[in-house]
Amino acid sequence: MTTAMIENVSRRAILRGVASMGGLVIAVKILPVKDAFAQAKKYGAEGMPHGTVNNPQAFVSIAPDGIVTIVCHRSEMGQGVRTGMPMIVADELEADWARVRVAQAPGDEVKFGNQDTDGSRSTRHFLQPMREAGAAGRMMLIAAAAKRWSVGVGELEAVNHEVVHKSTGRKLGYGELATDASAMPVPPRDQLKLKDPSAFRYIGKGQIPIVDGFDITTGRAKYGIDTRLPDLKYAVIARPPVFGGKVVSVDSSEAMKVPGVEKVVQIEGTPPPAQFQPLGGVAVIARNTWAAMKGRDALKITWDDGPNRVYDSLAYKKQLEETARNPGKVLRNEGDFERALAGAARKLEGEYYIPHLAHATMEPPSATVRIADGKCEVWACVQSPQGTRDQVAKKLGMSPDNVTVNVTLLGGGFGRKSKCDFVLEAALLSREMGGAPVKVTWTREDDLQNGYLHTVSAERIEAGLDANGRAVAWRHRSVAPTILSIFAPDPKLEAPFEIGMGLVDMPFAVPNIRIENGEAAALTRIGWFRSVSNIPHAFAVQSFVAEMAAAAGRDPKDYLLELIGPPRIVDLGPVKDSLWNYGESLEIYPIDTGRLRRVVEVAAEQAGWGRKLPAGHGLGLAVHRCFVTYVAMVIEAAVDAKGNISVPRVDAAVDCGFHVNPERIRSQIEGATVMGLSLAFKGEISFKGGRVEQSNFNDYEVLRIDEAPRETRVHIIPADISVPPSGVGEPGVPPVGPALCNAIFAATGKRIRRLPIRQQVQSMQG
Amino acid sequence: MVTLQVNGQERNFDGDPSMPLLWYLRDELGLTGTKFGCGQALCGACTVHVNGEAVRACITVLGDIGGQKVTTIEGLDPAGNHRVQKAWREVGVPQCGYCQSGQIMQAAALLAQTPNPADADIDTAMSGNICRCGTYQRIRAAIKQAAKGG
Repeated sequence: MTTAMIENVSRRAILRGVASMGGLVIAVKILPVKDAFAQAKKYGAEGMPHGTVNNPQAFVSIAPDGIVTIVCHRSEMGQGVRTGMPMIVADELEADWARVRVAQAPGDEVKFGNQDTDGSRSTRHFLQPMREAGAAGRMMLIAAAAKRWSVGVGELEAVNHEVVHKSTGRKLGYGELATDASAMPVPPRDQLKLKDPSAFRYIGKGQIPIVDGFDITTGRAKYGIDTRLPDLKYAVIARPPVFGGKVVSVDSSEAMKVPGVEKVVQIEGTPPPAQFQPLGGVAVIARNTWAAMKGRDALKITWDDGPNRVYDSLAYKKQLEETARNPGKVLRNEGDFERALAGAARKLEGEYYIPHLAHATMEPPSATVRIADGKCEVWACVQSPQGTRDQVAKKLGMSPDNVTVNVTLLGGGFGRKSKCDFVLEAALLSREMGGAPVKVTWTREDDLQNGYLHTVSAERIEAGLDANGRAVAWRHRSVAPTILSIFAPDPKLEAPFEIGMGLVDMPFAVPNIRIENGEAAALTRIGWFRSVSNIPHAFAVQSFVAEMAAAAGRDPKDYLLELIGPPRIVDLGPVKDSLWNYGESLEIYPIDTGRLRRVVEVAAEQAGWGRKLPAGHGLGLAVHRCFVTYVAMVIEAAVDAKGNISVPRVDAAVDCGFHVNPERIRSQIEGATVMGLSLAFKGEISFKGGRVEQSNFNDYEVLRIDEAPRETRVHIIPADISVPPSGVGEPGVPPVGPALCNAIFAATGKRIRRLPIRQQVQSMQG
Repeated sequence: MVTLQVNGQERNFDGDPSMPLLWYLRDELGLTGTKFGCGQALCGACTVHVNGEAVRACITVLGDIGGQKVTTIEGLDPAGNHRVQKAWREVGVPQCGYCQSGQIMQAAALLAQTPNPADADIDTAMSGNICRCGTYQRIRAAIKQAAKGG
């Protein structure tokens, strides 16, 4: 007997229990049941392709002049990983940071371990292996010195880039020891001597500026779009305006007249589920980007829009909401919701809507590919270097051994650059040009109209309160097209990893709970967007809690804490075994209401919860656990007489366990706050006639500096190394929307249930 | 033929005069510090100085700037130590960094005109420059620091 199991189709997550995955090519493994079960029990980094590597020979090299080069194998997109990972290695290596250089790994997971930079897991998964790599390197340097001096290793210690003979004070620099040390055996894992955390030089200190700071501020930093090669060709592509559409005919005669245009090439689309394959369309290849863009403008293409031409966001919203008003697949059922609701003193319901969102990375997708002498070389801003390597190899019919993926800096990622469709486009075009280097650049319009969008969601929550206002019944129905739709034919229900993002893992102490998922068909490409399904789930849940508090006449913070209940490890009962938990074991990363409570209390205290506010101001609170990190936010909103909203201050409390680089934790939360406000105030991609209605930053608006909070204060919960680390790339986003809407409610009494907010408060005030 | 000065060097271009300065800088001169973000002067990633004024290179057509002086991020300071660049590093502004060339060029132009900008001056001058990572709070702080240190 076999069971279909998708092993990292996404390379973002292990998806389990998805049946009927016909047509999958890249990543389905048909495994015997017991193997599938065994595999399902792998947690953390070991559940990811190629797990972890702690070999210092992969990560550390030391030159005779003493310069230590440390490899960062994860993609840098602003989260600070090119500083954080090498810092860990350097600390255990006892290297002087001033003499450390950072090199970026190409896609090579056999050598470096998993490289999928997503899921807020670089620190979570690689703190320990990077410590081990550094410690092993230090021990090899000490062993080399011991041999040189013919003394025991116990007489030596490594101090700031030197090995010191403790009794005599003799010293040898790392550069002097480099060659000998490289010939030393790598100590086995069980003999590694990790530093005592009290001896850390860099970890947890937050005094190291980002390694790319100088290059970024001087224009030297190289992103995917900046790749330059001799005889480089530049391409832009006209893609089907409707997802799944096809080229019927193309007249390229005018395009070919544009000076600089060299070739017009049709690219085949991929029938759904198209995974990360190109959308197809017509490419214009030219001697510079401008000529390619002009050439594209001159194309005359007739499209067959296909079935998705019916996609209309207004109608779709109604459909989602209607579905959410009816029973769905039961995901969690405790007690008897219906009976408890019937007996409740008070019944409440709330329907929430969160539209599609586009990542809109400042650097649009861009990749360069060259094929020569049976080898393919890629330069690209990808979050999944090895996945890209495998996919390019498959597309070109080559062995991955002959494909090199050079990872540039990413001008933003947010999940968009986990999908390598743009790299595959460049690979196809290079092949069309006889292997010449071709750079594909997406314009902003391409990015917004042909991307992978955050899902669109209707969330309906109903609750029953007793005579004291306490919650006795809770039902949450979530309806949203699933990311699985890019991997499987027409799935209608959310995947385990989606329902595991703040839906079934709801931590409240309510006796009667029912959580359901209604069906929704995807009519466009759905993909991961920073914090993924946590956005709609947290928006609904945390808004609704404030609604319950208001109905009960209670303070929202007190009510929230009461709903969370006493500090405990939440037992989800039967749901526990299938809970995604971000790929982590519940033993190591449980749902801990003590930590949840603490971030609420810290954020509230730091924000001066209950303080007297100017007229028109209000404080709103929200808390959410995601990616095994706990974040609470208090947002102060100021609403003027016309209904214009500004945000004077945000206080965020973050519990991400033991932390490596507090300075970058703060910056990630500051940035997530801005992104969360962006999506709450303005973010919406909508469809009409199957086409995206937005085209650029004029109609897909994002937050600008004059709208940003005057002050965002990030409060990091201290933790020693016994508290397992977790990431902060994503968890800052989900609490923002509900905290803001709760603040607006506190300021005005107006409740926003539909995002984006846009002019809703103005029209209510009017 | 269009002749212009880029970072102090005279350049001649005999291609399409309708080409925006952005693509000339990036594709022809290899000055990739100036970034493409929108192509419609909506995001500011391509901000450069033309005769000292901050302009959007993506809509500045080569045929219109003959004889003028263009400064890009690469030419802002020979050592990369313009007070704005230094303040950016000291405050730790950049996350992904992609928009920061444009932010820095915009901020440098602001400080050249308004040596001690108030919050409102900063918001007004910088509101055309989008940062999707959300570094706005630190941009404000860095501009103030650069103003003090200038």
